[in-house]
Amino acid sequence: MRQIEFERRFGEQWAALDQWIAVHNGNKTIKDRPPVSAVPWLYRNVCHQLALARERRYSPQLTERLHQLVLAGHHVLYAAPAPNREGFLAFLLSGFAREVRAEWRVVWLASLLFFGPLLALLMAIQIWPDFASVVIAPQDLAQMQTMYDPENERLGQRPASTNTEMFAYYVWNNTRIGFQTFAGGILYGIGTLFFLLFNGVYIGAILGHLHQVGLGPQIWSFVAAHSALELLAIAISGAAGFKLATALIAPGLRSRKLALVEEGRIAFRLIGGAALMFFAAAVIEGFFSPLIIDPREIKYGVGIGMWLVLLGYFCFAGRTRGA
Amino acid sequence: MRSLSAPLDTSHHVATPEGVELNLRVAGPVPRALAWLIDLAWRLAALLVLAFVASVLGEVGTAVFLLSWFALEWLVPAYFESRSRGATPGKRAMGLMVVRDDGAPCTLGPALTRNLLRFADFLPLFYFGGLTAMLCNRQFKRLGDFVAGTLVVYADPATVARQIPTMEPLRPPIALKPEEARTVLDFAERAAALGPARAEELASLVTPLLRDNTPPVQQLTQYANYLVGHAAD
Repeated sequence: MRQIEFERRFGEQWAALDQWIAVHNGNKTIKDRPPVSAVPWLYRNVCHQLALARERRYSPQLTERLHQLVLAGHHVLYAAPAPNREGFLAFLLSGFAREVRAEWRVVWLASLLFFGPLLALLMAIQIWPDFASVVIAPQDLAQMQTMYDPENERLGQRPASTNTEMFAYYVWNNTRIGFQTFAGGILYGIGTLFFLLFNGVYIGAILGHLHQVGLGPQIWSFVAAHSALELLAIAISGAAGFKLATALIAPGLRSRKLALVEEGRIAFRLIGGAALMFFAAAVIEGFFSPLIIDPREIKYGVGIGMWLVLLGYFCFAGRTRGA
Repeated sequence: MRSLSAPLDTSHHVATPEGVELNLRVAGPVPRALAWLIDLAWRLAALLVLAFVASVLGEVGTAVFLLSWFALEWLVPAYFESRSRGATPGKRAMGLMVVRDDGAPCTLGPALTRNLLRFADFLPLFYFGGLTAMLCNRQFKRLGDFVAGTLVVYADPATVARQIPTMEPLRPPIALKPEEARTVLDFAERAAALGPARAEELASLVTPLLRDNTPPVQQLTQYANYLVGHAAD
């Protein structure tokens, strides 16, 4: 078939598909368009005609026009379905916990690397108090001390700050730390390793120092409620980072490129869940943790409750009978 | 043909389930850096405006400012890339878009992934890591693109539609192979854009096809008219 005849015979189909795509992409001026049921048929035809045009060496212009049409159709037909609320809820209620359990190796690795130094520093400073100023500059320690002064009306804040302000600051800062811990995984895990150890040491040193100078009641009643969400979120961010590192270090029977994409999908769900945890932690840390509640044991109770709920969630949520 | 053209162009071939091959034109570091600069500019402008608003609003303003900063840094670019155009304003201005490796539109998951990984691409300084990664692979992927499985490609059609000028069709003096016929068609479509002198020069090279004293460009165009199927006498 000569090109002219080819164009004459199939031009109508091309125009129809063109119109349908234009309307789909938001062009409101076009009135008549083919019914949606005709689109897969039209699209497959145009694909076939593109293959023919290439095989028969029709002119580059015609081939390119068909190629553009196929490309646009591909984009419309293979666009992902819009994210739905049910999927998101299922992820929150069970999917995230399941994912964390399935990745227990990296989750444990990240937890040990984070909670290990945290607890070690916390205890070391009780024995050798001067050790705190080796890890953290003395003026920073002094500033921390003023934030937890028993005279303050609210805990953990400078007198001039407000709850809303601090909430926004926690979202901005803590979530970013989580993201950095995750992204550092692509450097064969070195970045993740660094951020986990660094944050473990830093948090451990501050908690240890404040406890050691006698501000224990203030600091513990401040951190109790949000500690479970925030600390576990850091560990899970680290786990997500180590997923990327695993893909590079031990891709198994896959190419590193493929392994990165596959592990990256899992890592994304982990870091996504961790980001939600950071956000929830920021709400608590901004609005509930600074309150001075008497007796203090209520806040300790809330804190222990949060740990139990979260650990219970990660251990049991989404388990089905026989699974 | 593929082996000859492969080293020169930056196209990426994707086979679709329908059995045809899509050619995506992958964008290199320079247009992507420019797109990034444009994005940086509007984000900074937005932050400046927000900072001004924040100073008027006081305490709530600071909160709004910090939350917006967070969103502008991590979420907003991903939101744009997961929309139907697949591009941040900067990429759109440069005619680029983000697609997945299989040529399908980018969705929210990959878009967020590649944006979170920007932190690693930035290291050690000013996106040096990302640039190095881009220069080390044929698809110009930065680290974030590797993890998300995405490509940055040119969104605009490569060519503007040009017609073969209608002339008296003429059968070529010798039978042409399909590839040769395609070259003649290509020439006839592009001759007008080449400039008369250059077109003349190119056309006069095809000595086996030229037979009389009619201008060579005209002869080739006549052959093209014959090849696309206008009936010859």
